[in-house]
Amino acid sequence: MGGRMLKLSGKVIQLSSAVMPVRRQLFLLSTNPHLPVVLRGKRAFLVRGNEVPEGFRHYLAFDSVPENLPAEAACTVIDRTFAYLAENDVIAIGSDGRIRSLYRASSPHNAVLITERCNNYCLMCSQPPKDVDDGWLMDEAMELIRMIPRHTAKIMCITGGEPTIYGEDFISLVGHFKRYLPHTSLHILSNGRRFADREFARKYAAVGHPEVMVGIPVYSSDPARHDYVVQAKGAFDETLRGILNLKEFGQRVEIRVVVHKQTCDGLPALAEFITRNLLFIDQVALMGLEMTGFTRANLDSLWIDPIEYKDKLSEAVRVLSSYRVPVSVYNHPLCLVNPDVEEAYVRSISDWKNEYALECQGCTRKHDCGGFFSSGIQHGYSQSLKPFT
Amino acid sequence: MSKFQPISTYSDAEHGYELLPFKFEPLGEGEVVLSNIVGEFVILEREKLGALVNHTLDTSDPDYSTLRAKHMLREPGEQAPLELLALKARTKFVNKANFTNLHLFVVSLRCDHSCQYCQVSRQSEDKAKFDMTEETADKALDIVFRSPNPAIKIEFQGGEPLLNWPLIKYIVEKAEERNRLERRNLQFVITTTLSLATDEMFEYCRDHGIFLSSSLDGPEDLHNKNRPRPGRDSYARFVDGLWRAREIVGYDAVSALMTTSPSSMNRVKDIIDEYVKLDFNGVFLRHLSPYGFALRTKSYHAYNAERWLEFFKEGLAYILELNKAGTVFVEHYSSILLTKMLTVRDPSFVDLSNPSGAGISAVVFNYDGDVYASDESRMLHEMGDSTFRIGNLYTNNYEEIFTNDALLTALEDSFTLSAPGCSDCAIEPWCGADPVFHHGMTGDMLGRKPESEFCKRQMGIAKHLLEVMRTDPEAKEIFMKWVGAC
Ligand code: SF4
Ligand code: SF4
Repeated sequence: MGGRMLKLSGKVIQLSSAVMPVRRQLFLLSTNPHLPVVLRGKRAFLVRGNEVPEGFRHYLAFDSVPENLPAEAACTVIDRTFAYLAENDVIAIGSDGRIRSLYRASSPHNAVLITERCNNYCLMCSQPPKDVDDGWLMDEAMELIRMIPRHTAKIMCITGGEPTIYGEDFISLVGHFKRYLPHTSLHILSNGRRFADREFARKYAAVGHPEVMVGIPVYSSDPARHDYVVQAKGAFDETLRGILNLKEFGQRVEIRVVVHKQTCDGLPALAEFITRNLLFIDQVALMGLEMTGFTRANLDSLWIDPIEYKDKLSEAVRVLSSYRVPVSVYNHPLCLVNPDVEEAYVRSISDWKNEYALECQGCTRKHDCGGFFSSGIQHGYSQSLKPFT
Repeated sequence: MSKFQPISTYSDAEHGYELLPFKFEPLGEGEVVLSNIVGEFVILEREKLGALVNHTLDTSDPDYSTLRAKHMLREPGEQAPLELLALKARTKFVNKANFTNLHLFVVSLRCDHSCQYCQVSRQSEDKAKFDMTEETADKALDIVFRSPNPAIKIEFQGGEPLLNWPLIKYIVEKAEERNRLERRNLQFVITTTLSLATDEMFEYCRDHGIFLSSSLDGPEDLHNKNRPRPGRDSYARFVDGLWRAREIVGYDAVSALMTTSPSSMNRVKDIIDEYVKLDFNGVFLRHLSPYGFALRTKSYHAYNAERWLEFFKEGLAYILELNKAGTVFVEHYSSILLTKMLTVRDPSFVDLSNPSGAGISAVVFNYDGDVYASDESRMLHEMGDSTFRIGNLYTNNYEEIFTNDALLTALEDSFTLSAPGCSDCAIEPWCGADPVFHHGMTGDMLGRKPESEFCKRQMGIAKHLLEVMRTDPEAKEIFMKWVGAC
């Protein structure tokens, strides 16, 4: 249940000297030895058995170069941590000898990170912002979208950093998604501030993507507290105006709240604020704290055992439900929420992030439980777990 | 040094704050309630109000955050509070722009009951004299479909409207026929005691999606005392009709309204129990309106606003008890105010909206072709005050009726945002204009609020609801459930 954490990036063991990539390259994988020859030139073959058919653009093998590798073929050797790779996945291999999994066809949780830059600086950021020119990530995303086999992705997530930092290019990216993968619903994680610019919001809406939602964090009904959590003065005001503009142009918006020491007491007031000011919002997500990135640096000001705020969480869920605002609670151990939250309880955010603690062994409701971010298992989690019996 | 800044960095202590418009009103001893135009409110200690308006409230004060979140103050440069206030104000008034929704047809003044408090009905066999004719109904329908409102509700009133059943059917079918082209959201309601309702009538209601609004005043003895009819069987007939209506038309197609007579004053629990017993999901603890016989028989003065408030409070407390014990049950008068307090919507209740709903949200076509601004208006007419008779179907057209001077003057003069007394009242966002009541009682569209029973009642309820929410968080959550779902 709940799988071990998957390693999404790592060093390759060996690159066949035949074709050493001079730049980062993306490969669409195939495990099908009978793939029509005309298609092979575009794909990389993932060697699983003894068969190593000819004509593929690249070969990927575990542990060692296969003996029957076609002459002149380029091959990358990887270790077993990548054993999960499968048909229709997309990987990138860099000239630095690193391999990264960019897309897993079988996963409902594919995220495309397009930048590490951000105009917020959240206390609990899991992807600490870097002020670097990482436009190549955008180029890679555009290439990835062209490469993903149509109809294999039900939903994808655009994340950062702050995706809208690209301005017009971000809007082009959404259009690119619409043209290449119109059947893939899109979830964009943004702080929403850029949408305070009406013209930008209008252009975004004008793309007319058939199924897109922007997930925007609002951490408190008190602007000062929100600004503090995101470490940016005036952010609340822009974020709110961004949400209003998006809704005015008929766009779908989710409000995302990470629950921690700085936000938990204000949850009921925030819920009331939403029902009063943002009743037209499409959904609200209340999420547990991930123990990565800045969180570890700010642990003292952020960490609180979820058991201590469970009544506040309940109250917020009850208020939102009273007003028929769809609300979901993510990444909370099931044994640390009140039973009245269960209607809103969702098992997990991302399959590759879920793990369980030692205490969970023998818990009869493990299959209903969202467990922890694997970072929690590593870096600390509630000492109040109470396995169901 | 940490690259992260403390929370104090994020309040503008240096440049101070600006006040956004609000009004205030003392609540009990040391507290005040602040409210703004969109009906949001904050309860503060008196000294805090002083600090707030003197711009000395500390940014680290928890009330500062609350006031900021409720848009009573803003820091320099903030735009979102203004945008949100504007949006909420628009939402609150948006229904007014649709103009008339509710069209009441008084299809007959005749009635089989002779209720002491009834304002208008006649004990008469003379159909020709007190029934609406097809010709009059046709003219009324012409007016109905001139309304720009995408939703149209036609309500049949009396007397006892079922005494003119053929005309109800005539109007329903004519309206349906016209609506095939008009494509409005068309609804029908019959206001009836159910005492004369046959299964055939119910089947017709079922087939044409007609709702039934009936009357239940409490337990059998109280109900029959309030509603005398030959055979003294009003209650029995109601209960029989109720279950047949639920069976044939549908469980949710039939509702009940209560008239609070002087004899009801000590019986609020009995009344509520009766509603619970008959499986209604709420009760409307109304007060008796001061018109017609009610005024003439002096029964209106049998209880004043203070006495009525006691009745109301006792009832509400009991209803909250029921809810806490797991029985979901709504008090509708509270709901109207609470909707304005706790949501962005305005419930558009004719007698409790601003501008007044009379002649805007609702209009009445009397059996004889007279057009009134509201149901109360025609009752006032029965008492000899014809101010709110805004036209006649035979002599006036649509434009003349709805631009009638008396109507426009009444709406403008009673507009609570400018009316003396109301304009700076903190209860105003949850209150309403009632020019018909005030004109009936004082001969003036406004009346003097400190002497107005309407005002006393509204203040009393609003303050009581605030007090309940302040002291009982569980009650507040129950209130949110009442008003949140729609
Ligand atoms: S003990 Fe059970 S409910 Fe609690 S975290 Fe572990 S699996 Fe989830
Ligand atoms: S009627 Fe009374 S309570 Fe209502 S707004 Fe006017 S002054 Fe206030």
